[in-house]
Amino acid sequence: MIGYLVRRLLGIAGTLLVICAITFVIFYLLPTDPAVMFCGKDCPPDRVAQVRQQMGLNAPLVVQFARYVLAIFAGRTMGTGQYVVHCGFPCFGYSFQSGAPVWDLIMNRLPTSVSLAIGAAVVWVLLGLGVGVVSALRKNSWVDRTLMVATIGAAAVPVYFTAMILLYVVVVLLGWLPFPSYVAFTSDPVGWVQNLILPWITLALATAAMYARMTRSSVIETLAEPFVRTARAKGLCERKVVGKHGLRPALTAVATMLGMDLGSLLAGAMITESLFSLPGVGKLFADSLHKADQPVVMGITLLASFFIVTSNLVVDLLYAWIDPRARLS
Amino acid sequence: MTLLQVRDLAVEFSTAEGLVRAVKGVDFDVERGRTLGIVGESGSGKSVTSLAVMGLHRGAEVTGSVDFDGTELIGAPDETVRRLRGRRMAMIFQDALTALHPYFTIGDQIAEAHREHFGSSRRTAWARAVEVLGDVGIPEPARRAGEYPHQFSGGMRQRAMIALALSCEPELIIADEPTTALDVTVQAQVLDLLMKLKEERGLGIIMITHDLGVIARVADDVLVMYGGSAVEQADADALFTAPRHPYTRGLLDSLPRLDAGGAQGEEAALRAIPGSPPSLLSPPAGCAFHPRCPLYAAAPQAACTDARPPLVQVAPSGHRSACVHPEVASPC
Amino acid sequence: MLTDSVLTVRELQMTFPGGREGLRRRPGVKAVDGLSFDVRAGETLGLVGESGCGKSTTGRMLVRLLDPTGGRVEFQGQDITRLGQRELRPLRSRLQIIFQDPFASLNPRQTVQQIIAAPLRAQGVATAEIRREVRDLVRLVGLAPEHLERYPYQFSGGQAQRIGIARALATRPALVVADEPVSALDVSIQAQIVGLLERLQRELGVAYLFIAHDLAVVKHISHRVAVMYLGRIVEIGDKAQVYGDPAHPYTKALLSAVPLPDPAAERARERIVLLGDPPSPANPPSGCTFHPRCPQAQQICRTEAPLLQIAGPGRREVACHFPQNAAH
Repeated sequence: MIGYLVRRLLGIAGTLLVICAITFVIFYLLPTDPAVMFCGKDCPPDRVAQVRQQMGLNAPLVVQFARYVLAIFAGRTMGTGQYVVHCGFPCFGYSFQSGAPVWDLIMNRLPTSVSLAIGAAVVWVLLGLGVGVVSALRKNSWVDRTLMVATIGAAAVPVYFTAMILLYVVVVLLGWLPFPSYVAFTSDPVGWVQNLILPWITLALATAAMYARMTRSSVIETLAEPFVRTARAKGLCERKVVGKHGLRPALTAVATMLGMDLGSLLAGAMITESLFSLPGVGKLFADSLHKADQPVVMGITLLASFFIVTSNLVVDLLYAWIDPRARLS
Repeated sequence: MTLLQVRDLAVEFSTAEGLVRAVKGVDFDVERGRTLGIVGESGSGKSVTSLAVMGLHRGAEVTGSVDFDGTELIGAPDETVRRLRGRRMAMIFQDALTALHPYFTIGDQIAEAHREHFGSSRRTAWARAVEVLGDVGIPEPARRAGEYPHQFSGGMRQRAMIALALSCEPELIIADEPTTALDVTVQAQVLDLLMKLKEERGLGIIMITHDLGVIARVADDVLVMYGGSAVEQADADALFTAPRHPYTRGLLDSLPRLDAGGAQGEEAALRAIPGSPPSLLSPPAGCAFHPRCPLYAAAPQAACTDARPPLVQVAPSGHRSACVHPEVASPC
Repeated sequence: MLTDSVLTVRELQMTFPGGREGLRRRPGVKAVDGLSFDVRAGETLGLVGESGCGKSTTGRMLVRLLDPTGGRVEFQGQDITRLGQRELRPLRSRLQIIFQDPFASLNPRQTVQQIIAAPLRAQGVATAEIRREVRDLVRLVGLAPEHLERYPYQFSGGQAQRIGIARALATRPALVVADEPVSALDVSIQAQIVGLLERLQRELGVAYLFIAHDLAVVKHISHRVAVMYLGRIVEIGDKAQVYGDPAHPYTKALLSAVPLPDPAAERARERIVLLGDPPSPANPPSGCTFHPRCPQAQQICRTEAPLLQIAGPGRREVACHFPQNAAH
């Protein structure tokens, strides 16, 4: 078990390093000059050269990369003479745009994104599992058919359309909720929910539809398994047959999906954050990408990769915990 | 009093392709301390019959009568049947690897049945699970009870399945092809175990199988099914020494045998039954066996195609056969 | 090596690579461990054993669906152990295989005509001749010409197996490896297929390697029989010897475990009931791999693996320190 964990963690570190290297190379190959970006458009050539020197851009690519990776763990002192800056741990460099430390930029916006992601995940899991289980237990009834048609609709509607309809109906027409803006959970929990419920639904709807369909087929399949028949043959009541013997294995498959989707939520959050102008990491990423703000984009890419690989590990461990067959001896 | 009395049991279900009459009026009795073997090929209705007795036929229409020790089960409230199921009548399925739940330990799965029917404490039920695992010959039952099905070998898993069936001291055990998935040396162990349990506890057993050898080893009485009906019923000795129905004869003749052939290893050619088992969706008119029947081929009779021949007594001691041909139908 | 042998197998081995355990690699699983036997022209050699004994792996190696990790396979005097797929192609017409599940081995999108014609087409037979051949073949295996335009799903299991047999025999092979060809079929259908295989052997002179777990079927169809246990042959010889006077304690136990369709004989019979399950090839016992279940095991059986040796009259060979046939 320990050996397995160590191997997985080494694997994660390796994966992140490779992602980091690929992103680094891509930016290196881009025609934009980071020194010009940092210094500004009307920067005189000698100043640009100085900045380049300061940023260590004259060193070979491998050295630059090694410095970048090292800085994440050990911090880094940049520049010479009066321009010396110390960037403390964890150092992801400074934004070309604002000059602020990348780490601070991300951390400032992370609560918004995390709120959005967790809320959306809760909405889609509840909605998806609920609809899926009800549909499966009432297989081929009108309830099932109606729900399944609805899921096709929900999956087909584009996110920006959902967002606009929700905003128009709930905020503009009915005036039930304020126009979404970010309120910290710690300062006003009710306001937090009120402001984020529309983004949550927007972000969750299509995924919930997919989960509903997957849950339905998974539950139907499991209820046809011989071990469910054995549970009935034991004389267990139907509630235990379905709840304990049927649903648990069915939901294992769904839980696996969930882990992977949580990791990649950031991509979905990017669009939703932009649509509702929420100051999250996704929006920061979109903005930085536009302006070729390399340090910020790199930082967020690494962070997102980190979330994806660790959530995969968590799911695998969870899976082994639920299904004894997957347990490692 | 007869433990189980089944009369005119019929099972139908509708499929996308049409109505399937899987069982068409079957009668049999099971006595305490005796084994009834039900033998038949795929589609004969033998497994559907057993599921209907247990009330496990889902989405099927069941008619007729199933009387378990004085309680009528057909038309009884679900709760009545459920309280008997696993308690007084238990079932052993074919493939223990898929029939046992992969997420729960063997001990948990056995204890669960005990808790359900006796309301026993966790500790008592677990102790009972360990006890029955020991009864069925699993070494170190206290340790093995904490293991999962996939950690058991095939033979041990089927023993655990039997332990699960035994945990609430049932009076009737229905075993549906319990040894088909097992190797022959392991099959011998499991059959011996079932026989021993029958003797010691006076269990009534229904053994469902396609293997006539298994029937010969364990059954006291035999019911031969074909196309959803019983075509012959007799005690085991009579059935194997003097089979009356042409299907039973054909089945025995088509069997390669270890106990036949001369010293030089010369084998008599197998006399196969021509054709294939009938389709359940569009069964042949009259006797389901007539399209494959040598007697019908030799001397076709209208009675073979007009109606399904009833099971009638053809010899004393209750030997019954469902065939209109006189040499089969008349008592000897 | 026998002069009339169509297939010669010597010291055949198959070791499947082991999985990983932590950072270590587990040792490989020896599914087949040093198999030697011959199949003579026109005869049937039965290969019996319980699940996991390596009999199907052997069948697959002989037609090179699996590449052996050791040993040698000679087909009609030619060493085919290391031939590439291209070099094997001309041999395929003379060396065929029939599988257990007829439906899984027939292309569901092809008609019976196309299925049976495929091996002929691969041999470059002319189209007109193919049509005539295919019609003859379906009649030979007991199907009607009107079946030719149908698809596999329109047939029963027994009929589908007939199609598989017709395809295997289309190119008049010298040897057909039949891997559990009747074990998925109902008893009444099983007899039809066994009868068909026997008739085809008489008419075409094809040799069979008949792989099965059902001892009665193997007894019926085979001339000679090899009994396998955990990747090795423990006894091989003429059918009458192996079945009538088994020498290996495992063969004895196996035969006594098969229930006979005769209640009186069953009651009178003395049975040797083996304890436990067959061991896993991933973790084989020391010495003679049968010793933990053997009623006759002695000290030497725990430490030394017995070699396959001639035991008694005839050409019967047995791998046991204490063979028990009448001659001993």
